[in-house]
Amino acid sequence: MSITAALGDTVAGDPSAAPPPRRTAQRAHLVLLGPGIIYLLLFFVVPVGALLATSLYVPVPGGDVGQYQPAFHWQNYVDAISQFWPTIVRSFWFALLATGAALVIGYPMAYVIAVRARGHKLLQGLLLVLVVAPFFTSFILRTIAWKQILADDSFTVSALHWLHLLPADARLTATPFAVVCGLTYNFLPFMVLPIFAALGRLDSRLLEAGSDLYASPTTTFRTVTWPLSMPGVVAGTLLVFIPAAGDYVNASLLGNNTNTTMVGQVIDSRFFKVLDYPTAACLSVVLMAAIMLLVGAYIRRAGTEELV
Amino acid sequence: MTAVLDRVASPTPQGTAAPRRPRRRIGDMLVPTFAALAFAYLLVPVAYTVAFSFNDAGKTNLVWRGFTLDNWRNPCAAPQVCEAFANSLQVGFVSTIVATVLGTLIAIALVRFRFRGRSATNLLIFLPMSTPEVVLGAALLAQFLALRVPLGFGTVVAAHVMFCISFVVVTVKARVSSLDPALEEAAADLYASPLQAFWRVTFPLLLPGIAAAALLAFSLSFDDFIVTNFTSGAYTTFPKFVYVSATRGIPPQANVISSFMFVLALAIVVLVQVLGYARSKRLRAR
Repeated sequence: MSITAALGDTVAGDPSAAPPPRRTAQRAHLVLLGPGIIYLLLFFVVPVGALLATSLYVPVPGGDVGQYQPAFHWQNYVDAISQFWPTIVRSFWFALLATGAALVIGYPMAYVIAVRARGHKLLQGLLLVLVVAPFFTSFILRTIAWKQILADDSFTVSALHWLHLLPADARLTATPFAVVCGLTYNFLPFMVLPIFAALGRLDSRLLEAGSDLYASPTTTFRTVTWPLSMPGVVAGTLLVFIPAAGDYVNASLLGNNTNTTMVGQVIDSRFFKVLDYPTAACLSVVLMAAIMLLVGAYIRRAGTEELV
Repeated sequence: MTAVLDRVASPTPQGTAAPRRPRRRIGDMLVPTFAALAFAYLLVPVAYTVAFSFNDAGKTNLVWRGFTLDNWRNPCAAPQVCEAFANSLQVGFVSTIVATVLGTLIAIALVRFRFRGRSATNLLIFLPMSTPEVVLGAALLAQFLALRVPLGFGTVVAAHVMFCISFVVVTVKARVSSLDPALEEAAADLYASPLQAFWRVTFPLLLPGIAAAALLAFSLSFDDFIVTNFTSGAYTTFPKFVYVSATRGIPPQANVISSFMFVLALAIVVLVQVLGYARSKRLRAR
């Protein structure tokens, strides 16, 4: 919801925007905006600039580890990408899987809360509380809980072994499955809430009209419910995909060090363990740029085809 | 809508209507059942976190060893837990206050005034939300390193305020745009100065939105790990403490603190829901 709200905010073009004394109004908005905008410039725009600059630094000749000087060494990007492209691709792949899983799990939740529980305001409110309830406990501790749930000697794994759903020598913890499972879990509420908001505005009479006109429930869903929930789906998928692509807590707590490494882990270790700031900055810039390109293309596609 | 009409323009054979009924009843149960499983998926790890606060843990709190209340009796027994918790509360309060004030002002300006650079402002609000935390953290660290700013409480708060502002703006903006401008005009007609109209009319009406934004900002700040990890240096917040101790074993006291916060927040939110429900019922009864 937040993303769509922030993007196309011409919706609330309200009539009060023609205040009587023009000049005071102009100064008033500067007073209101000034502090916050200056803050964001200082602590968002300038740091991103610093990140770009750092990505082009070179080591001080003959200096210690971790000493760099300003330069325009574009080769840093070539080196960083050629060394870490599998990690970058894996991050996006895991994020995509988690987004798909969150949509499959989250849509029915949002549907039940918004449409089935429509007549019961209190139940609706309490179900929404349950959706955000995980946020009231620590993110890291919840991820650790997944480590316990998927551990080799856990109830889940023994049950799966017993049901022969999992081969005897297979494990869940420290696998790509565990990482994707954790990512899906941690960002699931971000999928449910915007879809709920979109479905909440859905007019029940449209659904009744669908069945009155002999459409099967599936047809009604495909032609009425789904298209009308599209703004929520777009916002939800973005709200899951973006943090999932950059996350490294799940990968480092639930993964292993061979085939689950995500780009966030590399950025962290380049900064803090290797003191290789330029490579870390390069990877951050690449991650940010790739997400913006993907998100831009996605919004444009979803926007022209379904949104309007 | 037209799609619906097109679709049913070719009518389905009448006979299909009758046998559909029982099938539909199964279908009716299918989605709620799936949703119930999804809720379980969402809540089982929370239950684990709470349950393991009662674990009679030895060195690591990964395996269940028996029930005890000791951890709840001595939540500060494990070294550093309470210090980290206090730090997180401090960071949370300061960042929430600053971010809520700055964000609310921006939200009011965005809804109430038309000005040049409006879409640029919207973009500036949108970008921090659509940037992965690891990039935000890396960017701030790059800047702090370049300026040789010592990392600690100040840098953590600076970072938290930055990523909270956008969420405050979005939350409060929704509330501002749902306000009827006629209310302020009425105040002006009744000879209230613009400032009086704001404090006596607009601000009280905005308060629920501002409170929601502040709660959101606090929970974002309190639970943040990634940005904090990049900007904190030796300073430890609660999530950072938990993450760092994950390698050598998290003390059950961390689960106690987390469960306590969970119960507190849940109680507040459920209370708000129930009170709101009761109030709307009363209003309807009138």
